[in-house]
Amino acid sequence: MDAVHTISDFQHKIDSDLNIEPKDVMPDKYRTHLIRQMSQHAHSEVIGMQPEGNWITRAPSLRAKQILLAKIQDEGGHGLYLYSATETLGISRDELIQQLHEGKAKYSNIFNYPALTWADIGAIGWLVDGAAIVNQVSLQRTSYGPYARAMFRICKEESFHQRQGYEIMANMMKGTAAQREMAQDAMNRWWWPSLMMFGPHDSDSPHTGDAFQYKIKRKSNDELRQKFIDKTVQQAEVIGLTIPDPSLKWNEEKESYDHGEINWDEFKSVISGNGPCNKQRMDHHIKYHQEGAWVREAVNAYAQRTQRAEAN
Amino acid sequence: MTKQEALYKYVLRLGDHALIQGHRLSEWCSKGPILEEDLALTNLALDNIGRAQALLKYAAELQGLGNTEDDLAYKRGEREFYNSLMSELPTGDFAFTIAKQMLISVFEYFQFTALSHSADETIAGIAAKTLKEVRYHMMHARDWCYRLGKGTEESNRRLQNAINELWMFTGDLFEMNDEDKMLEVLDIAIDLNEIKTQFDTLVQTILRESDIRIPENGYMQTGSKKGIHTEHLGHVLTEMQYLQRAYPDATW
Repeated sequence: MDAVHTISDFQHKIDSDLNIEPKDVMPDKYRTHLIRQMSQHAHSEVIGMQPEGNWITRAPSLRAKQILLAKIQDEGGHGLYLYSATETLGISRDELIQQLHEGKAKYSNIFNYPALTWADIGAIGWLVDGAAIVNQVSLQRTSYGPYARAMFRICKEESFHQRQGYEIMANMMKGTAAQREMAQDAMNRWWWPSLMMFGPHDSDSPHTGDAFQYKIKRKSNDELRQKFIDKTVQQAEVIGLTIPDPSLKWNEEKESYDHGEINWDEFKSVISGNGPCNKQRMDHHIKYHQEGAWVREAVNAYAQRTQRAEAN
Repeated sequence: MTKQEALYKYVLRLGDHALIQGHRLSEWCSKGPILEEDLALTNLALDNIGRAQALLKYAAELQGLGNTEDDLAYKRGEREFYNSLMSELPTGDFAFTIAKQMLISVFEYFQFTALSHSADETIAGIAAKTLKEVRYHMMHARDWCYRLGKGTEESNRRLQNAINELWMFTGDLFEMNDEDKMLEVLDIAIDLNEIKTQFDTLVQTILRESDIRIPENGYMQTGSKKGIHTEHLGHVLTEMQYLQRAYPDATW
């Protein structure tokens, strides 16, 4: 189908499972929803560089240091890619960053938790990236073309990250008692926040309606969360880690795990600003953005100067 | 000193320099002035740490005590490191990092060009691979010198200050000791005096084209080749070696 010129063309394209492209006419609600979701995704990649960056200089081997650096670099690259994809909707990266700094745009709640030990680097790769992949694989079929294509590329890299994170945990579980304790402690702290990454239960999710109608979202929060739990429990068992949920039980009938109650009070508290690292993450981003202002000014001044020189 | 011992110390020095330079660059992660530059600086860090790994692995082989590259990186103390003094200086502002990166990559460009013809095949091989990376590092730093030097009054001032501060650490890059002399005769190591002229010419050209004044050659810091460092190195090692030192029985 050619370019979309009217809203009914748009709906027809959505109904036929075709991608919407930047120049297509689209309802304001669709555009707004995408800007919110895609910029949140981009900001998450960038803010996520902080907890992992906290361990680069202390990584315990040269190999581990290179893997971690490369991973964080991937995340930054995903951020760039997603900012560009969001810009196709008619908003600039500067505006998106301003929205982040003003608290109008969010980033994934998971990065408001601290990376306290080296095992946290394993847990973040394995659990946090693992949860992100489940969500992102489903977004490969999202209706907005640039977003869907970004997801294809990002998923390939994320699955590496997840394996590398799991490898850190597996090595530690094969190691000394202190290492095993460190790994289990990281598991205990990251498990529940990872489950919260999928958002509230379907019955309480405020954005679900539009997102499904426009096929931005293809699977519900609870479906995705269940998928993540089912694939992760076995991985934990293989290396001897215990999932910190006494209610976790295999359910023969539905052929998946039942899990205990998620602490939604904690979720709401952290998402509304009261988590261990909310202030730190935002202060860090604002501080270094401001400190870089003179560099960006120099770049602009130099560009103008060379353009003038070329014009003469 | 046997040839083997000289070669070990020489390779160790090359590896240490890359490791510490990579460490400082990696500190920029999530702190860059723009996201693109954040990625560029971590990429430079990755190249350096990759190079360090290859060189320290070779050094460990030459040492012949069954150590690994990680043993060398994580279990030596301040007086046993031979990285250049400039590499260990704190990152400072973006201009300081760029100025440092420019001086170091121009030095490395000529160093590894010459070392790619080393009679030692492993050094020659690593040098040839490194040269490809360093050529890019040098262009990156040079282009930033142009932007900062000819950007705004503030960016020019910051770059000028950085060059002024770094100047007294340039002499250390070119110091030579007994192992250089022993290995140079065997065409394994290079005469750093020879590349000093090339370094001076190119650095002066870049600085002039960036509207930056070339500092006078005054007091020069010295000592890295004897394992005498600035106070900063101890802190770098304390941080870098923390897990290996705190859990000596663990493998990661």
